[in-house]
Amino acid sequence: MSATRQPSMERGGWLRFAASGAPLVALILAVAVFAPWVAPYGEAQFVGGVWDPPNLAHWLGTDNLGRDMLTRLIFGARNTVTLAALATALAFGIGVTVGFFAAAIGGWIDALVSRAIEILLSIPVLISALMVLSVLGNSLPVLIATIGLLEATRVYTIARAVARSIVVREFVAAARLRGEGLVWVLLREILPNALAPLAAEAALRFSFIFLFIASLSFLGLGIQPPAADWGSMVRENAQAINFGLPAPLYPATAIALLTIGVNRVVDRYLAAEARP
Amino acid sequence: MTRLIAARVGMGLLTLLVISALLFFATDLLPGDVAAALLGPQATPEALATIRASLHLGDPAALRYVHWLIGVVHGDFGRSIATGRSVVTVLLPRFANTLALAVLAALVSVPLALGLGLATAMRPGSRLDRLVSTLCLVTISVPEFFVGYLLILLFSVQLGWLPSLAVLNGGMSFAQRLGAVTLPVITLVLVVLAHMLRMTRAALLGCLAAPYIETALLKGLRRRTVVLRHALPNAAAPIIAVIALNLGYLVVGVVVVEVVFVYPGAGQLMVDAVGKRDLPLVQACGLAFAATYVLLNLIADIVAILVNPRLRAS
Repeated sequence: MSATRQPSMERGGWLRFAASGAPLVALILAVAVFAPWVAPYGEAQFVGGVWDPPNLAHWLGTDNLGRDMLTRLIFGARNTVTLAALATALAFGIGVTVGFFAAAIGGWIDALVSRAIEILLSIPVLISALMVLSVLGNSLPVLIATIGLLEATRVYTIARAVARSIVVREFVAAARLRGEGLVWVLLREILPNALAPLAAEAALRFSFIFLFIASLSFLGLGIQPPAADWGSMVRENAQAINFGLPAPLYPATAIALLTIGVNRVVDRYLAAEARP
Repeated sequence: MTRLIAARVGMGLLTLLVISALLFFATDLLPGDVAAALLGPQATPEALATIRASLHLGDPAALRYVHWLIGVVHGDFGRSIATGRSVVTVLLPRFANTLALAVLAALVSVPLALGLGLATAMRPGSRLDRLVSTLCLVTISVPEFFVGYLLILLFSVQLGWLPSLAVLNGGMSFAQRLGAVTLPVITLVLVVLAHMLRMTRAALLGCLAAPYIETALLKGLRRRTVVLRHALPNAAAPIIAVIALNLGYLVVGVVVVEVVFVYPGAGQLMVDAVGKRDLPLVQACGLAFAATYVLLNLIADIVAILVNPRLRAS
């Protein structure tokens, strides 16, 4: 195994760096942040014919309404990534808080919350999301709150397990015997020790949520037009495929690249963490 | 063991009951007047009143839940608000289509995952192993619609071998139907294969690290025999669990695939119903999907209990 890996490791650090996914993720995030300055045209500006082939003025051609595909992709990065980041933050805020408290308090409260979450986990996320969106409609706040809350149940499981493994350590017992309060113990003893595994989980969770939002948008239940987002762009341009045009594959590739990139970064991070 | 299984079945039933309550109250108690949402801004007060009366919106929610649940148990999910047709007659044929798609995908993906998992675990680090693990990473990371559209572009647009739309109608022969669903089935297989394969490989490799495997190998048994006869039976429980979990995912993940290929299944039906806010239909679809998912998990747990000798004895 190591004999086959060794040469490629020596062949230059930049190659390994590129393969780590970090530059890809950084590029997409940078594009998302600076979208209005990088994009060659306006987000919903009509600049050409329907599905014009790639040319010098439109590097990736135009979309189903004659908008610049590259511009839509750039603004799409901004909309999709922002939404996924907000939902991830919400999921972590709730999931980690509840998970930590359940782990630290223990007893019947922990048992009750865990049992309830277990039942929620047995409903597929997509089905739950469809139910909620059918009633509340799909405005952005509803979308973020729904996805954030649903994913919080997944975060809870991880956060509780991580906290449980720390709660039983001596320094936590020592702090409690010193008479420190519950919140102090959670913030000063458990949280710092849980950050490393939770960081990896956050990145993975982000990629799940990002994929999930893309799927919802693809189903027409996510971000609404004319705002550009990668999932909706796949749906809007789906018909092009029947004319042999790759239009829906551009946004789909963007989605795949970001997910693969984030997963690669997490893999590398976990491998580095595992090393003594 | 019987008690263990009985407890698991009880838990499954309880989960279903809670899910049904969640589905009902989630679509029923959330803010927003259902009647107003149905009729839109031009609704007259009389029309609103009629809708509210027909949906028993004046009754307490708990009472409506009990009525709804009794109906559900008797196979009555009410009437679709958008079309006025009985929900069951709309849902059943569509759900049968979805199940057919999922079963076909399972028939292909499960043997493939087991075979490739065995082959890669037999020789870890080999060329095949590295190729398969790279492909797994890719198929896990890309969305279903990416796989779907790529296959359409390749097989139906460029090569012209298969239809891009999986539209079914009564006049089609069995072979025509099979041709129509080939691309959606391949898409589903690619989506679920990676997880099953990786878990099979990981479980087998975990067992292969045990001392008794070393004993068997040192005894001079062939690696094939050791993997198949000594490691596989012990790795069966986690493998079965993952397979059942992924079959559950098949039934749910099918939603996106159905939309890509315009396949007349329950997933497409549910997405349309959500768009039209057709609550009885959404509830019925949600319950059908959730129940299938819970049932598959239940079966996974029971089979895992049955194949584990330590649990079987107790």
